[in-house]
Amino acid sequence: MFSAMLGEAWHAMGANRLRTFLTMLGMVIGVGAVVLMMAVGQGAQYSVAQSISSMGSNLLIVLSAPPGMGGSARSASGSGPSLTINDSEAIAELDNVSGVAPSTNSSAQVIYGSNNWNTSVIGTTPSYLDVRSWNLVEGYAFSDSDIRSATRVALIGQTVAKNLFGDDIDPIGKTIRIKQSPFVVLGVLDRKGQNLDGRDQDDTIIVPLTTAQRKLFGSQFSTTVRMIMVQADSAKALPFVEQDVNSLLRQRHRIREGSDSDFFVRNLTALADSAAETTKTMSLLLGAIASVSLLVGGIGIMNIMLVSVTERTREIGIRMAIGARERDILMQFLLEAIVISIIGCLIGIVIGVGGALLVNMLTQAAVVISGDSIMIAFGVAASVGVFFGFYPARMAARLNPIEALRYQ
Amino acid sequence: MQNVIVVRNLFKDYVTAAGLFPVLKEVELQIDKGDYVAIMGPSGSGKSTFMNILGCLDKPSSGEYILDGHHVDKLESDDLAKVRNQTIGFVFQGFNLLSRSNLLDNVALPLVYTGVEKEERHARARQLLEKVGLGKHVDSRPNQISGGQQQRVAIARALINNPRLLLADEPTGNLDSKTSEEIMELFGNLNREGITIVVVTHELDIAAHASRQVRFLDGRIVEDVRTHPISEPV
Ligand SMILES: Nc1ncnc2c1ncn2[C@@H]1O[C@H](COP(=O)(O)OP(=O)(O)OP(=O)(O)O)[C@@H](O)[C@H]1O
Ligand SMILES: [Mg+2]
Repeated sequence: MFSAMLGEAWHAMGANRLRTFLTMLGMVIGVGAVVLMMAVGQGAQYSVAQSISSMGSNLLIVLSAPPGMGGSARSASGSGPSLTINDSEAIAELDNVSGVAPSTNSSAQVIYGSNNWNTSVIGTTPSYLDVRSWNLVEGYAFSDSDIRSATRVALIGQTVAKNLFGDDIDPIGKTIRIKQSPFVVLGVLDRKGQNLDGRDQDDTIIVPLTTAQRKLFGSQFSTTVRMIMVQADSAKALPFVEQDVNSLLRQRHRIREGSDSDFFVRNLTALADSAAETTKTMSLLLGAIASVSLLVGGIGIMNIMLVSVTERTREIGIRMAIGARERDILMQFLLEAIVISIIGCLIGIVIGVGGALLVNMLTQAAVVISGDSIMIAFGVAASVGVFFGFYPARMAARLNPIEALRYQ
Repeated sequence: MQNVIVVRNLFKDYVTAAGLFPVLKEVELQIDKGDYVAIMGPSGSGKSTFMNILGCLDKPSSGEYILDGHHVDKLESDDLAKVRNQTIGFVFQGFNLLSRSNLLDNVALPLVYTGVEKEERHARARQLLEKVGLGKHVDSRPNQISGGQQQRVAIARALINNPRLLLADEPTGNLDSKTSEEIMELFGNLNREGITIVVVTHELDIAAHASRQVRFLDGRIVEDVRTHPISEPV
């Protein structure tokens, strides 16, 4: 019985192919849009989550206020960065602080053999790698003794390794020139990917802070650092650490009550959370917009089913006259709506997935095609079929056989 | 003799914008098993209205209709559908075939609602199409055959569930006299096989095929004559 009805639905759809196709198209576009938007949205969420976890956890970042922005005595006096290594050591003594890494960075030309590459050089202490949970894939990191003696050693990121050494040469132990000074490559850093701003974190070189201060950066950084990363030992402790760092530095920098600080403290975790929140909202919004087209597709189905019921009133009368019950007629039309929406949905899924792969290919943006999102699209489409097919189907089933037969 | 149809004190009013419009009044009729009844009467006298009630397509406003021992006037829509499906075969003036389906599917359609499997549906439909002389046309569409052939298909469809009662409202109304004669011959054969037949017609020569003539006038039965004895099943 059911297979006979399915056959009838198929038959009826085949009888008016163009109309069936156009009705389906609404569904195809709706489902395709939902699948595509969910893939793009989830992709964005995924890459944000990636950059957040690549940042390191429970981090504060203390930045020297650039001149003119802090408005304090120190920056007004014309000197550059306000943070010092002593500040960083003092912060390390605070409660709930599990790691501190002072650093300064600057871009520099790097040369190996005939290859040269412009990258960002970070001068920092060995704790930097811990704070950022950054591992080496090869070689080893420099140590505190390298800091003390300001040795010319370097850790290079994946992008730098690729551009200077290509795939065939092992960088470990090779000598590269950073701003003309020779440095020995000690290790190669693990891949980090993009940060939240979309910058390639693997395009970097890490050298001992002291070496950088003396050999690479200008005189303004001979005793100061551009920023200090502070890691709290738990997410809960983070706000307290933030307060403590603030008051400690204001005290150390002798900033009077009421004046602006000559530094900023940023809670990276909070920033990351809000970035995650933003992308989540964005993907929800994308999904919502796409759902509207699904709704429109559903209304299209309802519209066509209504026309179809009216057109086939006589047929319904004939069927009733030879023994079709109300529920048989209901099922017939409902099945037709469901078959249209499910076939439309399947095509839509194929197109949505294809579109997502195309977006990924063209823009390199991450897309995530999850079974969940496909199941959801499928479920929604089937419900749309039932929901919008039900009213016309019931209308058909409620027809009076005599009146239906008499309909011209 | 068992009564296939018992109608007692039956009324039917149509509800129109102008108020209640009585069409059938005090109709009383009994039809025995194996009888062949022609219903005659002027246009608008209520013949089709009566047939629709007999066919369980419509309900009387009041009165009793007992079909095959069951009070069908009190049945709900699903049970009426079952009666239409299994007890009654209805033949219309306008054939009422599904134009998109081939003859085989048209004839087999009632069995879909009986819940019969496809093979058997098709086997039975094929057999009946052969019986009405259309065995070679199973794959044709209704619009590819003549009106007389279409009416044969409709009769085959009406017979597919072996109904006890065959109702036909002006089955030859759209056909020429020669074709009409062939259809009536078919009806005669079916009646001799034991099926009770009620046929509405305007034409005397058509009515002459029946064993009994009932005449409607203004919603009442005004004449009821038997011209042949009820045929015994062979
Ligand atoms: N649905 C309806 N609503 C209102 N009045 C109706 C309806 N159907 C039929 N009638 C009226 O009932 C009366 C009987 O109609 P019916 O169709 O039974 O006549 P008939 O005897 O079959 O006529 P004909 O020989 O022309 O087919 C007519 O006056 C008709 O106008
Ligand atoms: Mg009539």
